[in-house]
Amino acid sequence: MRREYDAVIVGAGGAGLYAALEASSAGRVAVVSKLYPVRSHTGCAQGGIGAALGNLEEDHPEWHAFDTIKGGDYMVDQMAARILADEAVQAVYDLENMGLPFSRTPEGLIDQRRFGGHTRNFGEAPVRRACYAADRTGHMILQTLYQQCIKHEVDFYNEYFVVDLLLDGSSCVGLVVLELKTGELHTIRSKAVMLATGGFGRMFKTTSNAYANTGDGPALALRAGIPLEDMEFYQFHPTGIAGMGILITEAVRGEGGILRNRRGERFMEMYAPKLLDLAPRDLISKAILSELKAGNGMRGDRQIDDYVLLDATALGKKVVEEKIPDIADFCRTYLGIDPATDPIPVQPTAHYAMGGIPTDVHGRVLGAGGGACPGLYAAGECACVSVHGANRLGTNSLVDLVVFGRRAGRHIADYIAGASLRPLAAGSEDGARDKVKRLKTGRGAHGGAIREAMQKTMMEKVGIIREGEEGRSAVAEIEALRDEYRGARVDDAGAAFNTDLLELLELENLLDLALVTAHAAARREESRGGHTRDDFPERDDARWLKHSLVRLVSGVPEFSYKDVDTSLYPPKPRVY
Amino acid sequence: MLITFQIQRYDPEKDASPHFEDYEIELEPESRVLDGLVRIKTYVDGSLAFRKSCAHGICGSDAMLIDGEERLACKTLLRDLGAKPGGRIRIEPLKGLPLQRDLMVDQEKFFDAYRSVKPYLINDEPPGPKERIQSPAEREAIDEPTKCILCGSCYSACPVIREKNPEFLGPAAVLNASRFVFDSRDRGLPERLPALDRPDGIWACESKFRCTQVCPRGIKVTKSINLTKARIETLRSIKKKAMGDL
Repeated sequence: MRREYDAVIVGAGGAGLYAALEASSAGRVAVVSKLYPVRSHTGCAQGGIGAALGNLEEDHPEWHAFDTIKGGDYMVDQMAARILADEAVQAVYDLENMGLPFSRTPEGLIDQRRFGGHTRNFGEAPVRRACYAADRTGHMILQTLYQQCIKHEVDFYNEYFVVDLLLDGSSCVGLVVLELKTGELHTIRSKAVMLATGGFGRMFKTTSNAYANTGDGPALALRAGIPLEDMEFYQFHPTGIAGMGILITEAVRGEGGILRNRRGERFMEMYAPKLLDLAPRDLISKAILSELKAGNGMRGDRQIDDYVLLDATALGKKVVEEKIPDIADFCRTYLGIDPATDPIPVQPTAHYAMGGIPTDVHGRVLGAGGGACPGLYAAGECACVSVHGANRLGTNSLVDLVVFGRRAGRHIADYIAGASLRPLAAGSEDGARDKVKRLKTGRGAHGGAIREAMQKTMMEKVGIIREGEEGRSAVAEIEALRDEYRGARVDDAGAAFNTDLLELLELENLLDLALVTAHAAARREESRGGHTRDDFPERDDARWLKHSLVRLVSGVPEFSYKDVDTSLYPPKPRVY
Repeated sequence: MLITFQIQRYDPEKDASPHFEDYEIELEPESRVLDGLVRIKTYVDGSLAFRKSCAHGICGSDAMLIDGEERLACKTLLRDLGAKPGGRIRIEPLKGLPLQRDLMVDQEKFFDAYRSVKPYLINDEPPGPKERIQSPAEREAIDEPTKCILCGSCYSACPVIREKNPEFLGPAAVLNASRFVFDSRDRGLPERLPALDRPDGIWACESKFRCTQVCPRGIKVTKSINLTKARIETLRSIKKKAMGDL
């Protein structure tokens, strides 16, 4: 492999590929991914990408920005949300022009549908804003961007795992990667490094996330001394397949699907009288939990693993097969039912990290002092701009990675034109080599058992509804698991394709992020968006309208805070 | 229920050739084959090597031979295999690609074939300030091939690659060419002909339909290939006629 690049992008999902395309116009760029191409989790996004094209009814980027801010329970940095909504429009046209096969209106325009929390005229009623390609919008974005990378001859290193970021002061000067095929470590010098590694839903037991979503980027940043932002805000999507966590897109409700409890009641009438089943996800997940606790789940046993029904039978066979064909396929495969005739059993599933690596609107990573780290970038789910605040609206993940992946790529292109490769300190691979050696000599529990224990703790104690004492007990349990990790065992002593070792490295990342997530959740004494505290049920702007920042110093969290940009819309009570 | 997974193992650092090992595990009829593999890796033998990611049939990582047929491990439930308590399930890597370790094969050749057909929109006409117009019917014409997840199942199942011509581009590459050839916005067929219109290209396909039978996305791969063949023949006859008119 080449050892010197102008820019290295870590992660081959939407944000990484878009950044690579933009940056490759200015220099030699490589994409490093632990997966083969087009395996990244962007491909699993289903329902749509929000942009105020106004193809079917009046819409404006201002409305989209407002919905994003209110949807995020006013933890959103508002100028960043304006950029998100404004640039979404051109981003969607650009994707179409690149060849993305959007579904179409009878006139041949990009078709748009309703999605949760997206409204006309500042909350009046749902609006058709989500541009979509059936129910595989993310799949088509990922494929289209990869295809463009082929056209533009971007270098790919597939199945390379990043073990270390190399910093000189606060500047990023390169990285150390582990080649899965050989087990060898390689150092790559680079003027710029961008982290685009996606989410970390695998810290929870029930999740819509891929096995690969282990938070490698945020964990690398955290270990490099960079504070992570708003880690307590984690989204549980209301409709995962019961017992499995597989995502059932919100587009099912956008097309007319209805949530019902065991009595057949459309229970969202009680929780969000105006937007009903198209209220934001945090409200619907909490509503489902309330129903389960009241004994209105399908089993009626008041347990949190009970479930409700998503009834799409009114859509009819034709709409189901045309608008949500993959959902129909999942239902047939995993449940043995047809959603056109049978309701789908659903329960909330861990889905999306609103928090992550703090960046500015150019994707520059903000270090411990709040200033940008030269040469270090992040975008997509691993980053926190923050455009999602305390709760992300549906479709905005795809908007985020396209808009801010592209902005980061453009900034990288400018940056590398004026920067030069920096010398590396001797022994750049020593830390990584020691770590691998140490992991291979462990004699304790296998990493898999530690992983499952962590997922159980996080699901039960740092899930949808949290509480102070439980949070502190979660911290203690995760700390104990991190101790156990130090002696963890790999069964595989080999070098080539050692997936056992790879999973242990991923587990380290998950454990670090689980620890700061549990700490952050225990610390924030209010309920806002995706963070709900049983012991502090109200939003508390006076004390808590601020972003949290957490560093880990020898395993001990250090918290600081920064202001939320509320320059456009002053915080108001959130009613739907 | 107790099920035996009979898994092909091969460690290039230790083994001269692949062999099978048995693993008895407790699973439900609704369990995915992937759930069984993960359980073995977590609790029995962490050295078992296989690829996985999304675990619901979209990322394309875990195509393998399950009871002799190309399937995604995450999209195959034990009940789909008719598994009964005490039953056996045989698991092997995909065919037609170099074996790396256990259930992992080197997919570079598969992706090389995909990249060779220029799988991106080719159209130099300026698109205008907004989207290009495409009717729902024109969009529908490319719907099937856009479902492809590049899992490699069709490549493994193709009897032409296995028995006659290992240099055949393979079904997925041709399918993905067809995704653009039939896109009303694309003008790139002539540029794709060097890859397609040759003996190892589209003409190696003998319409055996194995690709269509195994596709975990239910894509009628053979049909797309045949439509593309017809389109190339039409282009040829137009060219020929144009030459004749001269």
